[in-house]
Amino acid sequence: MGGYARFVWPSIGLALGVLIWNVWAARRHHAQALVRARRALAMARSEES
Amino acid sequence: MWTWFYRLASPPHVYRTAAALTPWFFAVAAVTIGYGLIDGLAFAPPDYQQGDAFRIIYVHAPSAWLSLFAYTTMAFAGAVALIWRIKVGYAVAAAAAPIGASFTLVALVTGSLWGRPMWGTYWAWDPRLTSELILLFLYFGVISLRQAFEDPARGDRAAALLGIVGVINVPIVHFSVYWWNSLHQGGTVMRLGKPEMATSMLWPLLAMLFGFMCFFGAVLCMRLRGEVLNRERQSTWVREAVKP
Repeated sequence: MGGYARFVWPSIGLALGVLIWNVWAARRHHAQALVRARRALAMARSEES
Repeated sequence: MWTWFYRLASPPHVYRTAAALTPWFFAVAAVTIGYGLIDGLAFAPPDYQQGDAFRIIYVHAPSAWLSLFAYTTMAFAGAVALIWRIKVGYAVAAAAAPIGASFTLVALVTGSLWGRPMWGTYWAWDPRLTSELILLFLYFGVISLRQAFEDPARGDRAAALLGIVGVINVPIVHFSVYWWNSLHQGGTVMRLGKPEMATSMLWPLLAMLFGFMCFFGAVLCMRLRGEVLNRERQSTWVREAVKP
């Protein structure tokens, strides 16, 4: 990298890290929402019965 | 046209459409980002002035572009929600905010890492850098404001208003390098005339820009599904959709 490796590679690493974090966080966000929705469904069913 | 517009307001339609679009966005993003990174890091020639340090552009410029695009999306969605009372707009705004904030942070840090060898400093109170930092604070403000109210509907409205007011910063970030004296270089790709980059450097950059946009689309769809589920979990269609 012509003497600039200590600036270039951390930049690439950070960007890739944030890409991965975004996927992880979005999946987690959706999974938690699913859990909450299922819990609400279970509560509604138990109230009905 | 209006039928299409009002279909967008339907949470189950949005939930299903987002699920269908996500893998396509991810696939295109993976291919274009993969190509852009390999071509940009291994095959594009070094810049005649900046040497290999210029390669930071392949993550810095797409992140900076995305930081503005995500903010504009967030503000537009907030405006749609406030004006037409379309609740999905609030969900889109809430989904876009953390993604935009994360890429604003990447743009600032990679810009700082690029600035050190080129300008001799990691940070300067330069118009472009300062306005981008204000953009990050606006994102933090919008995210915090949404969570600051016990009533989620009030939080949504307040965050949408702040997002709309803050959109004035978007053209300031973009045009700051033209309006004021700046250490930051002017536009190289988004020029009305011919781009100033050689095509061997430009193609991987365009691929990265497109790839980051598709990535934003994919992650926005995933977060949007979560937001819609959270907001609609008492409705019949959600109960049908999440049945084990």
